[in-house]
Parts: sequence; structure tokens; C-alpha cells
Amino acid sequence: MELNTYAKNTWCPGCGNFGILIALKQAISSLVGKGIAKEKMVMVSGIGCSSKIIDYLNLNSFSSLHGRPIISAEGIKLGNPGLEVIVFAGDGGTYNEGISHLIHAAKRNIDITVLIHDNRSFALTTSQFTATSPKGFKGKSTPEGSIEEPLNPLKLMLASNATFIARGYSSKTEHLRDLIIEGVQHKGFSFIEILQPCISFFNTFQFYNTRVYKAKEDNLISKKEALKKIEEWDYNKNNTRIPIGIFYKIQKPTYEKSLFKDFDSFKGENKVDLKQVLK
Amino acid sequence: MTKDYSILIGGAAGQGSRKAGLIIAKLLSEFGYRIFIYDDYQSLIRGGHSFSQIRASKSNVLSHREKIDFLLALDETTIKKHQADLDKKGIIIYNSDEVSLKKKNAVGVAMETIVKKAGGTPIMGNTALVAAFAKIIGIDWKTLEKLLKKELKKFQELNLKIAEEAFSSTKNLVKIEKLDQKPLPLLTGNEAVALGVVKAGLIFYIAYPMTPATGILHYLAKHKKDFNIKVAQLENEVGVVNAALGAAYAGARTMVGTSGGGFALMTEGLSLAAQSETPLVVIESQRMSPGTGVATYNGQGDLLFVLTAGHGDILRFVIAPGDADEACFWAGKILNLSWKYQTPSILLIDKEVSESTFSFDTGILDEVKCEKSLLWDKKGKYLRYKKTRNGISPLAFPGEKNVIVKANSYEHDEFGITVEDEKEVEEMQNKRLKKFEEMRKEADKLPAVNVYGKKSAKKAIIAWGSTKGPAKEAAEKLGIKMIQPVIVEPFPEKQMKNALKGVKKIALVETNGLGQMEKVLNCYGIKVDKKVLKYNARPFLPGEIEKKLRKF
Repeated sequence: MELNTYAKNTWCPGCGNFGILIALKQAISSLVGKGIAKEKMVMVSGIGCSSKIIDYLNLNSFSSLHGRPIISAEGIKLGNPGLEVIVFAGDGGTYNEGISHLIHAAKRNIDITVLIHDNRSFALTTSQFTATSPKGFKGKSTPEGSIEEPLNPLKLMLASNATFIARGYSSKTEHLRDLIIEGVQHKGFSFIEILQPCISFFNTFQFYNTRVYKAKEDNLISKKEALKKIEEWDYNKNNTRIPIGIFYKIQKPTYEKSLFKDFDSFKGENKVDLKQVLK
Repeated sequence: MTKDYSILIGGAAGQGSRKAGLIIAKLLSEFGYRIFIYDDYQSLIRGGHSFSQIRASKSNVLSHREKIDFLLALDETTIKKHQADLDKKGIIIYNSDEVSLKKKNAVGVAMETIVKKAGGTPIMGNTALVAAFAKIIGIDWKTLEKLLKKELKKFQELNLKIAEEAFSSTKNLVKIEKLDQKPLPLLTGNEAVALGVVKAGLIFYIAYPMTPATGILHYLAKHKKDFNIKVAQLENEVGVVNAALGAAYAGARTMVGTSGGGFALMTEGLSLAAQSETPLVVIESQRMSPGTGVATYNGQGDLLFVLTAGHGDILRFVIAPGDADEACFWAGKILNLSWKYQTPSILLIDKEVSESTFSFDTGILDEVKCEKSLLWDKKGKYLRYKKTRNGISPLAFPGEKNVIVKANSYEHDEFGITVEDEKEVEEMQNKRLKKFEEMRKEADKLPAVNVYGKKSAKKAIIAWGSTKGPAKEAAEKLGIKMIQPVIVEPFPEKQMKNALKGVKKIALVETNGLGQMEKVLNCYGIKVDKKVLKYNARPFLPGEIEKKLRKF
């Protein structure tokens, strides 16, 4: 299966995005093998380095605006619930510009999969702090260091009632591949936060390599257990280990199934007799 | 009495004046009258003062008028506020348990006593008032009973008991003639918009509530099963517009609705629609702006905004219907146009069109069709942005076999891959500009400009949107011409200049403070001689325009 396009890759050499691209392609091949038709997959991106990924994939895609890929993806799913929709977005777009869409998508449990390429900085605009940058982050807009404490996006997702919450690391591609497969197969809102070094502006490669570990995936339906794992690292401290893996997974009815239970799909002209309704 | 009646029913919010007004309108509609209801209400849920002004006439009417023939007062405030507008021969019907009027032509109804005796709740006073009015104008009990049974499903027996008591204790004073015309259904402009788009193949309506567009959301949500459509309320207008673009990309004919403030938030989506060539229909129902403005009152201040909203070169249709029939037809048409040209479109209406109630000509529905979009012929490799002679690239949707559909908010090549190269950027821009030429031709073929009044007159009024109604009536009285541009973008220059042939003097009438349509007309070399503007958040009355243009 040819998943590459003729587009020239413009990521920096050594960028964490390459690991995500590799994991994704493997996951797509595996999902196609499991019976999901390739033409039913739609990749949605926002703006930023992460979002260039769709140009490198020979798959249906919709490039949305900064902060909006999640809500665009929701529209695609609602427009045709038969599609498998995967979102690629950065921390800036998701946790800064478009955070309301993330929260509401999780709250309504719409069946899409969201991958966050979290390099904890705005990189394509040449380095500014985002919602997950550590306090003291020295970007071009905060030369003396950011004064804000970071947000823990997984905690936010747990509070928003996401039904699938996981964290991966771009350098652990096989592990990430499996997370993506699980996320896409999960019926409901799947949130996968991916730790990703930015080789040019925030190189966290060594930092993650020495701290990241695969957490035990047991009792995934317990919010309490999930919170314990999620709070192990607060995106600020340097002295803790960082768990990756699936932290929380429960089953709930999906938004689109409940919303469209009475809808009978049709093509072309709507055959209902409007004059009858007026009587 | 003439066959053109004006009835005002008012009270505090929560007293049910709107519902009572609608029942009265339906009674008169059953008698063959054509109806227009102006609803005036404040941005509050209980208290204050709200009223409905019903006009019932032999011929079509599109606005209310100054003089009232019947003043129905649920409270004392209504009498104080409106009795000056009562015609010399007019009749006041009031709550005699609250006030006592020592006037000729004033009929007291012991609303509270009647309601209490029947064991009802205070809001049922409106039923007593309606029944008393029916008796005064000579409507028989059977007709009234039949309608009340249809309209009042809750506490029906109780309401009928109240109605019967009020009916039998009131004397008949006048006789309203039954007309030899078939009754027409009564619809708000918002409801007419909904019917038009459903007929044109709407699949999905997405919105965030905002007055005065909320009625579309309510109506479609209530009837989603009857219409077999999808309806969703999302987190905010930014979400609404971006979800709509996703849904359209997936192949669903989608529409969104809002007012000026919500539209301001949607403008990034308008720009994305243009760049990604995704069909998008926005219903923008204006209210008095800027800012939060006067939330439940009228204004036409968003014209220049919708014409220029969004960053970059955006090709768009802007269509401004002036009543329910037009709203239905053009809502359907604009959905078709948006899908034909894969471009954003705005149906610009206002509170007067949205929330007023009209006698609706169901024949309009036969004029609305679901026109097919240009689809991919399944030959060769699919290119979402294929360069064609007229700039329109065939559509395909994700999920189709052997097709990869790449839509892009960045400038892109034919397949949809991001480009920055100067030649490729210019070529794609040219492709889209070609579409605009086609859109211009299309607008010229449509009935984009309406002409009313005396066709050979040397003086003309230009008015758009809901101002059409009072302006048309004033022009007919003054014996001058009235011209209504319906399509505003692409501007129907030829049709407008045709309509202006022989016209020596132009008066522009609109409800904003700047005279925004004048700026549009100036772009095409059309000069306005007099501007009649109103910006107190209320619509024009025909008489006001007539007075201002008598010496014009």
C-alpha cells in the first residue's frame, strides 16, 4: 500500500514528527489489514509543524485552520459517520488557540481519534511558550522565562470525560503505533498525547529518554488509578519519571449515534412532503 | 370598515400576548385575510412590555402600520403605551379587573374573575381576551372553538371554559367580512428559510443560539424527524462554522445560522471555505448592532460587513430576501449556488424577516429544487482542485473508492498538496477568480432585482431586505417606483441599471445610520439623491416613508 506522496518533507532533520509519521503509517497498514477501508480514513490537521504530516500521506485529508482541526474532524464525522477520522494537532493549536473544541469533543464522546504532537512550544513561529511549556521557558516572547505554570492536558481530558486517554513518545514508535491502533479502534473520543522533542527550539530528547517508562495498563476503567498516573508528572518538574501508555478507557454511547438515531440517509432531493408538515 | 385591519395585543412578558396574537391572526386567516404580524419584545423573560401587531388585509401586506383598529390590553401599560395610536373608530378591549375605562368604544373583560371562576392560572387571561375579541368582530363560537382546540393542546378543557364564558359575556360590535380567498399557512421568515433549504436538499443544520436567528434552530430541531435532517448545537460559532466545513467536505449539504455577533466569529471559516473551495451557507439575521446592540430589535447594519468579511480574496454570494416567500426561495437557491460554485454564501436577513409572521404562498416550495452539483466523472486520477475552463473542479467525497480527496487551507496544487511557488500560487488564484466570472453570469440570469410601484415613474425608492415591505407600500401610495436589489454580491449591475431606466431621482431607504447600500450603489456609479434612514432599532412603517418622501 502506497502511503507516500510526492510532497517534499520540510521538517528539520531529527524532528520528533518523523517518529510519529513512521508509527502512523504502520498503524494505518495494520488497520487496513484489520478491515478498515483506506478510502474511509480521513486525516485532519491544523497549523504548525505537526500539521504538515497530511501532505506526506496519500490519504483523504482536510487541512483546517489553527486551533480548529478537532472541530473540523467532528464536522466530517457528523457529515458522514461511516468515516474514520484522525486528527493531528500541536500543543499550541489544541491547548492554546482551540482548547474549547478539545473539551467539548471529549465531553460529547464523538468517535474520532486525536493525536497531539506536543513539543511544548510554538516551533513554526520560531519558539514561543505554549500551555504545556514549563515555567521559565525561554522563548522569543519570554526572554526572561515564561511566568505561567503549564497545564496537564491529560488531567483536563479526564475532567472532560474523555473515554480514551493515552500518552505516547515519538521516539518509541512501536509503542506509539499500538496506541494509535487502539485509539482508532476505540468507539468514542480517543485522546493520545504524544511527547515530541523539537530539535531546533526545545530539545527534550535526552530529558524524555531518561524519564519515560511504560506504565502498567491495568484497571483502565478507574478514574482514580488514571489520575494517579496522570499526576505523576506535571509537565513542570524535572525530578520525576514520566509514564506512557493507555491511562483510561471506558465505553459510553457515542455522540453521533445518539444524535442521529432518527436520521435516514438520503442522496439528492429530500423526499419528505413539506406541505404535509404545514397542515 | 376597510378590509385592512390592524390589531395590537400587548402585555408583560409571560402573559402570553404572542400566542394570543397568533391565534387572532389565524382566526382572520381562516376568514381569507392575508396576515403580517410584527412581534415586539424585550430581552427579558418575565415582565416588561411586549406586543404583537397583527395586520389583516385583503391583499398581501408586508409590514404593520401606524393606526390601530383594535387595542387588546392584557395590562394597563399596553393601554398607556398604545392608545394614542388608536384610530378614531377603534376599540379598546381591556382587563376590567385591573383598570376601568370610562370611554366610548372601550370594552372591559373581567379576565381575572373569569379565569378564577373556571379554576385556571393567570396566563389564561389571554384566552379570555381572544374570545372576547372574536365575539366583538362577529366570529361565531364554532369557528373559534375549532381553532382553540387546534392551538391549545395544554389545559384545553379549562381554556375552552374560559373562552366560552368570555365569549358569551361580551357583545358583538362590528362584523368583519369573510373574504372569498383560500387561507394560507402562517409562517415566520425563519420557518420559511428552513423549508427552503430542506427542499433544496439540506442534510445538516448546525448553530449556536443567537437572536433573531434562533428560530431556525428551534424549528429544524423540532421537525428534524419530519424533515429527515440532522441538527446539532455546538460549543460556539467558531466551532459551528468549522464543523460545517468538515461536514460539507464529507458530502453533507450543511447550513449554519446566526446574527451579526456570531457571524463576526465565523469569518475565519468564511476564509477557509474560500481557500479550500468548500460550500458554506451562512444565514445572517441582523439585529440592531454594533456590539450586543439592541438584542431583540431590528437593524440593517451588517450589509458592508457581510460583503467584505473574511481575510483574503473571497468570492461569495450575498442575497438579501425581504419577506417569507422570498426567504424560502432564496434560501433554497443559495444552498444550490454554494454547492454549484463551491464557495461561501450569506443569506442576509434581519429581525423583521426572521421573526415576523407572514401568509406563506406554498407554491414557492414548487419553485425550489435540489440542483445537482458538479461531480467527478470517475475517470483518471481524482484531483480535488483540477484546473478547468470555468474554474469549477468536480466534487468527490471521502469514502468513495479509488478516490483521495485532499482539501487544503494552505494554497495548494491540483491534488491538494501545499505549495508556495509563485507560479502555482497565481494559477490557483486565477482558477478561483474564473469562478467569480461564472457567478456573475449566474446572478444576471436570476431575478436579482425586483421592481414595484409605478414602473414609468421618474422617482424611485431603493430599499433592501425587510424594508422592502414598507417601502413598496409607500411607493404605491406615492405613485413612484420601488426597486429592491435581492442579490447584492455579485452585484446585478445590468438588472439594476435596467430598473433605473428613466429614473431621475433616487431615494434610499434603509434601517442603519450610515446608508450602507449607498456605498454599494456608488461602486457601480449609481448616485443617491436622498437618504431616508432609521436607526432606533424599529422597522419603518409605510406612513413614515410616505411622509418623508412626499416632497421628494
